[in-house]
Amino acid sequence: MAQMNMIQALNSAMDVMLDRDPDVLVFGEDVGYFGGVFRATEGLQKKHGLKRCFDTPIGEGGIIAVAIGMGAYGLRPCVEIQFADYIYPAFDQLVSEAARLRYRSAGDFWAPLTVRTPYGGGIFGGQTHSQSPEALFTHVAGLTTVIPSNPYDAKGLLIAAIENDDPVIFLEPKRIYNGPFDGHHDRPVSPWSKHPESEVPEGYYTVELGKAAQVREGKDVTVLAYGTMVHVAKAAVDDSKIDADILDLRTLLPLDIGAIVKSVQKTGRCVIVHEATRTSGFGAELAALVQEHCFYHLEAPIERVTGWDTPYPHAFEWDYFPGPKRIGDALRKVMEV
Amino acid sequence: MKNTPALTLHIPEPKYRPGDTPDFSDLKLSEAGAVRRPDIAVEPHEIHDLAFTLIRVLDDKSQAVGPWDPKLDIDTLKRGLRAMMLTRVYDDRMYRAQRQGKTSFYMKCLGEEAVAVAQAMALDRDDMCFPTYRQQGLLIARDYPLLDMMCQVYSNERDPLKGRQLPVMYSSKEFGFFSISGNLGTQFSQAVGWAMASAYKNGDRIAAAWIGDGSTAEGDFHHALTFAAVYRAPVLLNVVNNQWAISSYHGIAGGERSTFASRAIGYGIPGLRVDGNDFLAVYAATQWAADRARMNLGPTVLELYTYRAEGHSTSDDPTQYRPADEPGGWPLGDPVNRLTKHLVARGAWSEAEHKALTDELTEQVKAIGKEAEKYGTLGNSTLPSVKTMFEDVYKEVPWHLRKQRQELGV
Repeated sequence: MAQMNMIQALNSAMDVMLDRDPDVLVFGEDVGYFGGVFRATEGLQKKHGLKRCFDTPIGEGGIIAVAIGMGAYGLRPCVEIQFADYIYPAFDQLVSEAARLRYRSAGDFWAPLTVRTPYGGGIFGGQTHSQSPEALFTHVAGLTTVIPSNPYDAKGLLIAAIENDDPVIFLEPKRIYNGPFDGHHDRPVSPWSKHPESEVPEGYYTVELGKAAQVREGKDVTVLAYGTMVHVAKAAVDDSKIDADILDLRTLLPLDIGAIVKSVQKTGRCVIVHEATRTSGFGAELAALVQEHCFYHLEAPIERVTGWDTPYPHAFEWDYFPGPKRIGDALRKVMEV
Repeated sequence: MKNTPALTLHIPEPKYRPGDTPDFSDLKLSEAGAVRRPDIAVEPHEIHDLAFTLIRVLDDKSQAVGPWDPKLDIDTLKRGLRAMMLTRVYDDRMYRAQRQGKTSFYMKCLGEEAVAVAQAMALDRDDMCFPTYRQQGLLIARDYPLLDMMCQVYSNERDPLKGRQLPVMYSSKEFGFFSISGNLGTQFSQAVGWAMASAYKNGDRIAAAWIGDGSTAEGDFHHALTFAAVYRAPVLLNVVNNQWAISSYHGIAGGERSTFASRAIGYGIPGLRVDGNDFLAVYAATQWAADRARMNLGPTVLELYTYRAEGHSTSDDPTQYRPADEPGGWPLGDPVNRLTKHLVARGAWSEAEHKALTDELTEQVKAIGKEAEKYGTLGNSTLPSVKTMFEDVYKEVPWHLRKQRQELGV
């Protein structure tokens, strides 16, 4: 075991997989010699060689296309898109190609690629370095979408993603890359050493895709969250007197519906939290599923706490961000019914 | 007022529209045998001229001339002729089948048969092809079963793609034929990744990709050339310039300004412009590019200059946007006729043999067609089980798809 922040855990996952499987390659913009703008691939080229970890031209569509071709050959590319905000030029290759290849060739070809990309706000990145586009990918048949919330899960989920035979969109909450986030932007944070999930095995292990984690057990209300919002939800619950069940979804698709149903049937109430814009966000899908599966157990309307339906505003970051106060208001609202 | 003229916007238009008499006399066509053949180790910047000339081997007397003559033996030429003729006969039958309501859609490659057939023959059998929908000749030249192709077009119970794909979007890993996408251009840059993987694994297989003149305008074309040049990928990047992208002539893709082969120059990749209706020229240029790739010398862009003699697809009527007699006026002729005449000129082929082969292939396609129709045609057959609709979205069927399958009741 070692103490790792999320960047170190992700780096360790790629290091382990480069060691274990000669068919794993890591590439993307600035990821080679320099080690990536967030340092997630630092040292990998030096240790594993130029051919295993290298820089690419600034062409996200090309990066994904090349990874698809490599995957069809039999390699397992793990590529980085520098920011999720930059993934749109690759959208056609992801949606029409990577996601569809197995289906349209009746299982003859497939593309086992992992696309790592930092997403979300909380670092004053403005509208082109803060977006949360997860719902665009959960809407696409054939893609698996994964979002870790802590170093232990980040490493185990990334190894599972690289080993997965389907294309995986691996969204990394950049707000908690280095230091943790305790939900309040205006209060000091406790270091990772105070968080048990920063104890990370140095070798190989996986965290199964498609399984949620129970972050807090409670009986009053279910909170569904992922990524940075898991920590904000915890803060909001801690600040309240409400005994909430908090689920960290970890994989959005395929979703751990069993864990969600079990929790909501127990509590009868549900608050859904995400940073992404609200309309047609993943919360809409979650709300629909909860009512489909748990309608007769529900005691109150489902609440969503999300980013506003605006582009991500630089100077108003913390007004946009669904912070503990807004989550607390939603918790109280569902409890008042 | 500025002392300059008012700005004007240029919208390219083809010279001839329906009702006009097409005249191709101003096309700059190199004489057969006139273009030099450099060593494969040539520096790309030393052969910029080859992106503007036209590599041709067959002359007006149907003789093979000049440095690009691949000097193929008679058997190889006959195999090529047979595969091109079979492609044409197959296309005719499936086109008629669509008109008879047996399938929804079909695309012929009339006039472009030499591109796929000669290239398949010049490549190794296990080189990986990333085609568009107009390279069915690759499969036919590699002896892929016509029955499987027909069953795919009919989406019937024997369709290898289980009724999932639009007709002609074939796929066969075994035959080195990558799954065709209806999203144009996407395969071009994927081929570069496949070639990079082969190089990474120190293999000996190379990749080849095809794209139309129209789709060179897609970003994927730029990605392919950039990544191929940067990583010196062992790949052939073929631009099939058949003059028309549905109803838009090549000028709408920038063909008025420069040749498509010349796109390669800015990337430091050799670009060759080849008479796409000349089986021998296509074979020779493909062989040159394949040899380069195999010798670790990197990618080559080939512009195969040809003409789409049919409509884009069965959903298209080309007389709406180009003169009806334009295909007949194409100055580079028809690839099947030109190779036939060459074989005749070499004393290796006769009119009687040609007729006998035509009859044989027609009978063969007819017989396979009947067999394919036994498995059903679109909307008139036992389809593959609907259950299979939910398979292969992921390697394992996830819970939400199992649930949706139950909802459909299968």
